[in-house]
Amino acid sequence: MTDLGSIFSLALSLVISGDQQLYSIIVLSLRVTLTAVLLGCLVGIPLGAALATYRFPGRGAAIAVLNAFMGLPPVVVGLAVYLMLSRSGPFGVLGLLYTPTAMIIAQAILVTPLIAALSRQSLADLHTEYDDLFRSLRLRPSDKIRALIWEGRYGLSTAALAGFGRAIAEVGAVIIVGGNIEHVTRVMTTAIALETSKGDLALALALGLILVTIAIAVNAAVLSLNRTARRLAYA
Amino acid sequence: MLERVAATTAQNGSAPIDAKSGRPPMFPIATRGMTLRDRGRVLLDRVSLTLDQGTRTVIMGPNGAGKSLTLRAIHGLIRPDEGDITWAGRPTDADVLSRQAMVFQKPMLLRRSARANIEFVLRSAGRTTSNQLVDGILARARLIHVAASPARLLSGGEQQRLAIARALALEPDLLFLDEPCANLDPASTLAVEDMIERARTAGAKIVLVTHDIGQARRIADDVVFMSSGRVLEHSAAAAFFDKPKSSAAEAYLAGRLYIDPAASSR
Repeated sequence: MTDLGSIFSLALSLVISGDQQLYSIIVLSLRVTLTAVLLGCLVGIPLGAALATYRFPGRGAAIAVLNAFMGLPPVVVGLAVYLMLSRSGPFGVLGLLYTPTAMIIAQAILVTPLIAALSRQSLADLHTEYDDLFRSLRLRPSDKIRALIWEGRYGLSTAALAGFGRAIAEVGAVIIVGGNIEHVTRVMTTAIALETSKGDLALALALGLILVTIAIAVNAAVLSLNRTARRLAYA
Repeated sequence: MLERVAATTAQNGSAPIDAKSGRPPMFPIATRGMTLRDRGRVLLDRVSLTLDQGTRTVIMGPNGAGKSLTLRAIHGLIRPDEGDITWAGRPTDADVLSRQAMVFQKPMLLRRSARANIEFVLRSAGRTTSNQLVDGILARARLIHVAASPARLLSGGEQQRLAIARALALEPDLLFLDEPCANLDPASTLAVEDMIERARTAGAKIVLVTHDIGQARRIADDVVFMSSGRVLEHSAAAAFFDKPKSSAAEAYLAGRLYIDPAASSR
């Protein structure tokens, strides 16, 4: 086994040299993850806002289910999406299995409950704060939800960040529905798993370093955004 | 504004309409036997009030008297368990709800600039916004210099003036104010009172809840005194301050703690 120092230097040289294979994996990872998080936000944030705003029979059960779904096992989601998209499944005709689209669908399913549950928690306090005002202004339900989301925009970035963290680090679901096909569906996590099993630790480590760097950079950006918002009393 | 109400008849019915606004009259507001309970406790006890147009009605009373609840019930934020509210004889409808605004004890400013707070209410009421209009509203509240500032970073007085400006932007016929000066210094209090007076001059009916006896004396045309969820008096301001009818009001004005025997027996 190569020593750890040489693996690190090899990994760094791969990053610095702009290795084509490495960067295509990174780009695909970001494309899949960001699209899934975007879809998760489009569905999860209004859902969380609605649950934070409205009282209806079964609301408690809906929240409990949503909270439970935050911990959905990725391989189970991957399997469910696989069954839906496989040739014999109801959506098999679309031919999406082993494509980035299938990976986006699986990741979106994984992150939506997480984003929705965190959004609900974040917006519930805001709803308490503004409920009288919004009712006094006779806002329509859709306007109320829109206003609440805008008021909680910085808090919601944390929910989106949590979704991003889950999606970018996820391997179980994407390997089942994507198949880890080189230049087609290979993303950072599946590549790390593969290269490690093959013994190519340098590439695996390079990808790992980049994954961690991206996670830190995104966290730092959101943290900085929230700090600015707090300074301006917008958060 | 009563003089504005012409005895014309709506084209599609018999309700008279206001000649200028083309809308049905909403005054007097009458509550009849308005009762609110919470877990067996009576919070509002058969509150019956008549609020006329054009006057500044001040609601006073000790903590827990039901002043804010009365305001919230008339404004439609809570639904009484019993009793009814009528507006020039008709029940609460979308028209009367759209013609009133409320200022709360906490300013409840949005996490936006002062200007954006005004724009928000104008847009939510379906009105057009223009820089000129918003500038005018902010200028009247003496807030034009902080138009671009984050609203929640303004001073307490500025925040409450912005909250009132936001309510007045809707040009309400009826303005409720729930202890708007509770945490303000004397200068800010006078600035808020000045805004209230200008709203009244513009034609709005004012209903103000306050604990500040000096403010009530400065503002009130008539005073509603409440204790333990009941209306004990509704008199002209001068009569109320000169010779309150109830011992509870007398004690309140003298700054003495009053234990309501009716409340303790309930």
